[in-house]
Amino acid sequence: MAHTPRPTLAVWKFASCDGCQLSLLDCEDELLALADRVEIAYFLEASSAAVEGTYDISIVEGSITTAHDAERIQEVRRRSRVLIAIGACATAGGIQALRNFADVREFTSVVYASPDYITTLSTSTPIAAHVAVDFELNGCPIEKRQLLEVIGAHLAGRRPRVRAHSVCVECKRRGTVCVMVAHGTPCLGPVTHAGCGALCPAYDRGCFGCYGPMETPNTAALSARLQELGSDEVDLVRVYRTFNAGADAFRAAGDAAADRDAAR
Amino acid sequence: MSAAGPGGREGPITRVIRTDYLARVEGEGAMYVRLEGRSVAEVKLRIYEPPRFFEALLRGRAFTEAPDITARICGICPIAYQMSSVRAMEDACEVAIDHGPLRDLRRLIYCGEWIESHSLHVYMLHAPDFLGYAGAIEMARDHREIVEQGLQMKKAGNSVMALVGGREVHPINIRVGGFYRTPTRAELQTLSEPLQGALQTALATVRWAAALPFPDVQREHELLALSEPGSYAVDLGEIRSAGGLEFGPGAFDEHVVEEHVERSNALHARLSDGGTYLVGPLARYALSSQLLRPLAAEAAREAGLGPSCANPFRSIVVRAVELVHACEEALAIIERYEEPDAPAVEVTPRASVGHGATEAPRGLLYHRYEIDEQGTILDAKIVPPTSQNQLAIEEDLRAVVEDSLDLPDERLALRCEQAIRNHDPCISCATHFLKLTVERG
Repeated sequence: MAHTPRPTLAVWKFASCDGCQLSLLDCEDELLALADRVEIAYFLEASSAAVEGTYDISIVEGSITTAHDAERIQEVRRRSRVLIAIGACATAGGIQALRNFADVREFTSVVYASPDYITTLSTSTPIAAHVAVDFELNGCPIEKRQLLEVIGAHLAGRRPRVRAHSVCVECKRRGTVCVMVAHGTPCLGPVTHAGCGALCPAYDRGCFGCYGPMETPNTAALSARLQELGSDEVDLVRVYRTFNAGADAFRAAGDAAADRDAAR
Repeated sequence: MSAAGPGGREGPITRVIRTDYLARVEGEGAMYVRLEGRSVAEVKLRIYEPPRFFEALLRGRAFTEAPDITARICGICPIAYQMSSVRAMEDACEVAIDHGPLRDLRRLIYCGEWIESHSLHVYMLHAPDFLGYAGAIEMARDHREIVEQGLQMKKAGNSVMALVGGREVHPINIRVGGFYRTPTRAELQTLSEPLQGALQTALATVRWAAALPFPDVQREHELLALSEPGSYAVDLGEIRSAGGLEFGPGAFDEHVVEEHVERSNALHARLSDGGTYLVGPLARYALSSQLLRPLAAEAAREAGLGPSCANPFRSIVVRAVELVHACEEALAIIERYEEPDAPAVEVTPRASVGHGATEAPRGLLYHRYEIDEQGTILDAKIVPPTSQNQLAIEEDLRAVVEDSLDLPDERLALRCEQAIRNHDPCISCATHFLKLTVERG
């Protein structure tokens, strides 16, 4: 194995919690086998050895929130044959994209001892807003088996089998009784991208949208149903503005609720 | 890693030891040490991880959202954030979950996080320093079985997180007042076998770690940790220090002050008298080692640990002892578990301020929230362990450099990095507590 050149894999971090790259280390049964198949050439959280040059596959975690990182992602793109964005920060800007909705004056009025020491952009944006991205894997956090599938598919030169239907489909496949129909529990499942395996309804909880919008989300219909179940506009703004607040469909649904709230 | 400057003892006076991208820590940080002749002129642990402003973005959110939002501060210790936040909200709403199965389940999932996080640190982040490898994957080329057993122990911790919490990273089952769904007794029993295996691995880990080569370093830090009568405190208790401080989480602000310094995107914490202090396994062990479960206590004795450990390089042994303890504790909880009548107690918001403090794997984590009568968060303050440890880590760095002046630059830099990794810094955590200012808008 050591005599044939293996494909190289790099893992990059931008603004994030480290949880998605940790998912790779959480592949306890597969990690060493993966390290036999690919050369893990850059993964600072796991190793101080860094291979210079270009990489066959780059896994990118985190969002762009500083001018320095906006430049760094260009460098990562130049050095990567395939670039895969993983997790809600990299695909939608993450929870830190809530700053995108804030009134700058309101935020700056939050007094800070020495604001001059801090440099940051006023927005948190996904990787695809800066460079071409070859594949986006949703989730806050991503699902580790999906990560292995995506890496494996790129090694094999095929499209990853990652379905973009809703969480509802996963509930049906799992045999979970619908929490919204049976118990009136507010649930984002109908508009949320599959991938988690419909975890929350299996724990008697409504989906809260960690995986972002599914392929054809009808947020207007869901918002109306959530209002029948007792949510007000402020609640709707909150449910759409979490970890995927910057994803188009959720941003539009949250903005629509905020506009209705302002017009009252 | 780079070593600038002339390096040799006979060269010009200034010598700079720096690492621009610290590896095997969670998050982005750098280290800078400047020597003038044989005296240490400057030591800086620089944290440049971009701030994410959690304290600002929590304002206006519902009190029930705090555990899901604050989990996203750290993918390595989300349970710590969820637990400190629910404790703080329950404190604000005058609800106490301090005994019974709900308390037990909280402690159980917290043990799972300790096992997961400590296994990661001991085997994948810390051990390669002692054995001369760049990382665990490189280490596995020569020591595959050792790395595999570490991964299996980590997996056992993750299986506790996944069963009780729904998944390993950012669990979905923790709520203010308890859980969404509590496991059945039969479901919990499925954890016994992996945890028994993890317990045996943890015991072997203590013996293995105790035999690693340690530099002879003694550091006298003030130590701060949670303390609970009759138990090695994890999720509940008063805060105590080795120097005799004792106060409840509600008085944290009176005893700890935060300051902002230019070199770091994380606030630095000090005691109100100006002193620095250390949180984490060394602090917990010094304050509560007499309360370890039997196998953990025996393993600590056999490893030659006294009632406290002042050598930060040996923190790997203390983490291994805590691994044993966490496995024993988890097994005891599973054994006595009876399903509760309801998965959560009702929590009604009221206009108030609440405080919560729990022991994240890397040390004390404090949350404070002010909420209104509807439960909307008006103000939030979060003080993570690595913010508290920054100054103590810099003191360690200074001492290590002073003791190791004759090492060539490259080895000195490695020794310095190791002195930082001794405290398992989580830079992602530490950085997220600055209030927002924007460069351009």
